Amino acid sequence: MAQPKQVKMGQRGRGPMPKIEHPFRILKRIFGYTFRWYWIHWIFVVICVFASTFSSVQGTMFMKTLIDDYIIPLTEQSSPDYLPLLYAILRVAGFYLIGVVAAFAQARLLMYITQGTLRNLRDELFNKMESLPVRYFDTHAHGDIMSVYTNDIDTLRQMISQSLPMLLSSVVTVVSVLVSMIVLNWLLTLITISMVFVMLFCTAKLSAASGKNFAIQQRSLGSVNGYIEEIMTGQKVVKSFCYEDKAMEEFIKRNDELYVSADKANTFANILMPINAQLGNLSYVLCAIVGGAFAIKGIGSFTLGALASFLTFNKQFAHPINQISMQLNAIMVGLAGGQRIFDLLDQVPETDEGYVTLVNAKMVDGKLTECEERTGMWAWKHFHKADGTTTYVELKGDVEFHDVDFEYEEGHPVLHDIDLYATPGQKIAFVGSTGAGKTTITNLINRFYDIADGKIRYDGININKIKKDDLRHSLGIVLQDTHLFSMSVKENIRYGKLDATDEEVYAAAKLANADAFIKHLPQGYDTILEGDGANLSQGQRQLLAIARAAIADPPVLILDEATSSIDTHTESLVQKGMDKLMKGRTTFVIAHRLSTVKNSDCIIVLEKGRIIERGNHDQLIEKKGRYYHLYTGNTAQS
Amino acid sequence: MIKTLAKQIKQFKRASIVTPLFMILEVFCEMAIPYLMASIVDDGINKGNLNHIYNIAGGMVVVALVSLFAGAMGGKFGARASAGFAHNLREAMFYRIQKFSFKEIDKYSTAGLVTRLTTDVTNIQNAYQMILRMLVRSPMSLIAAMVMAFFLNARIALIYLAAVFVLAIILVTIMLLAMKHFRVLFEKYDKMNESVQENVASIRVVKSFVREEYEKKKFNTASNNIYKLAVAAEKVLSFNNPAMVLTTNACILLISWFGAHLVVSNELTTGDLLALLSYCMNILISLMLLSMVFVMITMSSASAKRVAEVLEQESSIVNPENPLMEVKDGSITFKNVSFKYYDDADTYVLNGVDLSIKSGETIGIVGGTGVGKSTFVNLISRFYDVNTGEVIVGGANVKDYDLEVLRNNVSMVLQKNELFTGTIFENLRWGDENATDEECINACKIAQADEFINNFPEGYNTKIEQGGTNVSGGQKQRLCIARALLKKPKILILDDSTSAVDTSTDRKIREGLKNDRPDMTKIIIAQRISSVKEADRIIVIEDDKVTAFATHDELLKINETYASLYEAQTSGGGDFDEAKLNSKGGEE
Repeated sequence: MAQPKQVKMGQRGRGPMPKIEHPFRILKRIFGYTFRWYWIHWIFVVICVFASTFSSVQGTMFMKTLIDDYIIPLTEQSSPDYLPLLYAILRVAGFYLIGVVAAFAQARLLMYITQGTLRNLRDELFNKMESLPVRYFDTHAHGDIMSVYTNDIDTLRQMISQSLPMLLSSVVTVVSVLVSMIVLNWLLTLITISMVFVMLFCTAKLSAASGKNFAIQQRSLGSVNGYIEEIMTGQKVVKSFCYEDKAMEEFIKRNDELYVSADKANTFANILMPINAQLGNLSYVLCAIVGGAFAIKGIGSFTLGALASFLTFNKQFAHPINQISMQLNAIMVGLAGGQRIFDLLDQVPETDEGYVTLVNAKMVDGKLTECEERTGMWAWKHFHKADGTTTYVELKGDVEFHDVDFEYEEGHPVLHDIDLYATPGQKIAFVGSTGAGKTTITNLINRFYDIADGKIRYDGININKIKKDDLRHSLGIVLQDTHLFSMSVKENIRYGKLDATDEEVYAAAKLANADAFIKHLPQGYDTILEGDGANLSQGQRQLLAIARAAIADPPVLILDEATSSIDTHTESLVQKGMDKLMKGRTTFVIAHRLSTVKNSDCIIVLEKGRIIERGNHDQLIEKKGRYYHLYTGNTAQS
Repeated sequence: MIKTLAKQIKQFKRASIVTPLFMILEVFCEMAIPYLMASIVDDGINKGNLNHIYNIAGGMVVVALVSLFAGAMGGKFGARASAGFAHNLREAMFYRIQKFSFKEIDKYSTAGLVTRLTTDVTNIQNAYQMILRMLVRSPMSLIAAMVMAFFLNARIALIYLAAVFVLAIILVTIMLLAMKHFRVLFEKYDKMNESVQENVASIRVVKSFVREEYEKKKFNTASNNIYKLAVAAEKVLSFNNPAMVLTTNACILLISWFGAHLVVSNELTTGDLLALLSYCMNILISLMLLSMVFVMITMSSASAKRVAEVLEQESSIVNPENPLMEVKDGSITFKNVSFKYYDDADTYVLNGVDLSIKSGETIGIVGGTGVGKSTFVNLISRFYDVNTGEVIVGGANVKDYDLEVLRNNVSMVLQKNELFTGTIFENLRWGDENATDEECINACKIAQADEFINNFPEGYNTKIEQGGTNVSGGQKQRLCIARALLKKPKILILDDSTSAVDTSTDRKIREGLKNDRPDMTKIIIAQRISSVKEADRIIVIEDDKVTAFATHDELLKINETYASLYEAQTSGGGDFDEAKLNSKGGEE
């Protein structure tokens, strides 16, 4: 079965095949995977392979018996007795039946092995992927990650379900046929083997030539596909600049090159098959002549029946050897796929040494105590190793940064000496130009990235001590680029709180002012979103993202350009909802619109990773510094 | 569909016809070999005639060589025909797409077009090669072997006929059943991949809501469903090979039994019996191959359909017969214009728009998201055709102009802008390929791009990466404005084109345009009131209508929406723009 739809790949898929390091180690590992889950199945597969090979060898050998022991004697009898022949045929039928059953069992077993292994690998891949740090996704092309799930898994499927068993049965067939041939006649066997060597030589020569041409074809295919992608992406620009003819010209040039290389590469590949087939025929003819001569002269008691059997073996011998050389190619492709799969599986997952957990709490006699039921009150459960005591700190949303430095890549610091205090319920705004480090700061609070130097405290606890999941549970984030999932609107909102009731969903939507437009969707709250919410406008998607954060009801909110794509009019509507949402919560806001920023308790102006100004709106205006310039837009920027 | 595609075979017709012919020749040679072998056995070995064996063997070598030639030629022309067919399909589609109007581009989407030009064409290429080489060869081989079998012994040939019949029914049933399963499987497979893609793209959302376990569970269920479906499909397929082996073996045994009788009663020679056994294999293997070819063709038929769709798509906007080749001036008039994107849509995007813009005016357009601001300007350069009414540019209906002339005079900087691989100079010269270096630099100065370009180590010769990834959003926008200016248009349209440029640079660009190109009509769509405030007149679009068209001062008095927008933006101040763009955040 072919891949249903090729998912768009990154550049990687286009170039010639990459070099595989340690092919045997990868092969071993792939075997390891299938054996780990399916070793019993494999044992039976091997048995089946032997059984079906045995059956087919028995069948071929039967020709000799049929002609030498039955037909020829029968022709000499005056009243032929067919009963022994019937018994012989029934016996062979028995062998054949074994062969059929073995073929069926093998197909079934391999099906379970292959599909099961793929499922387990897929699951393992996905589970690993979910555990990887955000950094991994920032540094790897999404197309390449996707391609592991689609193309690479598919190459493994072919390798496990076809190449490996084929290889196994080829080897068994070659050996058993070889033995049978030697039993029949060693000289003819020698002829057969030497012809096979000629075949292998031709295959090697032609494969090398075709491989070289395929590499060239891949390159020109890459050039054509790259151009297609570029022009299709900018097709509207092409039209608005009347650039169609020029684009066509360039395309024709590249397309012509592709045709020439594809023609050559495929020709070499296509010629290989007839050459091998006819070499096989030549080998057949040679054996027929020599064997015929033997049979006539009765050399080495070689009979006509033996010749018939031998000639069939001659064909059976060449076939698996061709198979092996063909499978080797498929195995190389499979190994390359395996390498990429294992690369992903070997990634180091996000580490979490946090031990402070978030628990439901209530006040008992003025003392904070842990409880089972949901109280709406939360506490950090802090176990102190030193003295073995456990303390509870109420979750309030107090965030402090002390001299925080951070770099994404070594030697390229993006944040320097950041000091920050946000007391519960405060609204802190970050402003500054692109690349100033605003988003980075928020990435540090929820520990998408870990700081290089300095300390971040949350309710007085170093965030490195807090369990990541619990830390993130306590933070609500609306990100710069909204991502929604292919499920209903209701489920998308519920993503923030999986056990939310429908009423809670509606309430959250109303809070974000999303309720009005949702009701106008064809199926209202049950409308299924497609392709990251492509059927919604950017503004509507952001409203949903806000509702999603609202339903989670976290004590700390991070709004990263949450309202950037909403027009000013709608924004004022959202703003009302947001104000309600922000009430009583510590909120970090990144925005370019002054209306969003102005009423913040503290505005922090960032430039090149440093805080250059801080204060509330009035103070900063008074100061007539950077904020003032940004605000008024009057003076040229420094 | 087949007719549309077949038209693209063109110069490869000869190769396409020759290939099956060579394959047929190969089949004939293949059929001759068992027959000759029978002769070796009967007239050579059985009669002890060595010379006969040598003669026939010589004949077999000749046949093998002819077969080799035929096979090689078939391979060569098959490769040529299919590579050529793919080449022509790509070219024809690319050409067709270049003629598309925006309406068709929207319809197919960028990703859709890319898939059609790449994966789909490759699928068709493979299938075509298969058709040329195997679709004729397999049935021929089957028929020829059958004929030979009847020629040798009709009674035994009847066994084959029955076997073929039975096996064909089994194979067809298996394929039909399996295809049904596979169709469902592929669908689910796509869904699962989509979900992986979402997880890759939205990993921050997943992680910030701590939904890793939830997603894992969801995925594992989906993955297990795929497993179940795949097993169900392959369960059907797993009958394939045993059925084949069973039929073959049954045939061999039946032939052995009846053959032995016939040989004994002298109705059949031993050699013929051996030849019959060979033909038996030929027939059944051809049948197997044939069923595989059919599966492959069915699988690629979806690709063929998608490609044919593009090839058959007529562009909704074509050049008029006697086009006007000159745009007189930059005046624009909308006469009762209504427009909707899909003919079957219930509501119009723009409804009954009536207005006039004088040549050389600077016009601002404001309005909420999705109210049709971009649509309005797209109609001016006739990227879409109006449903009712007329759009008049330079005194003539846009439909009367040569498209290239019109679009060269109405220069538009699109909201979603693209730069292309090549140097900055090369990108700029999209606007005017004969522009001198000075003209390019001058345009960049107006667009406030000169300064940052000079800061690049290689200045104007800096290479832009595909998609313009090595320049920032604001830089990209300014380069696009410069590129549009180089066309020296009579009308320049900036569709939210300075959103990533900070307020003061934005102002400088507007001043540059005003001073340098006073006669050019300038239309500016903006979210920021400050970008349009100084325009001669401002269009306010609400819902599907133009609700006001006046100067800033007048609008403040007469239009409530505008006034409240202005109020919202100024009381809150302007905004800190640089940041807006860049959905990923510059720090990543």
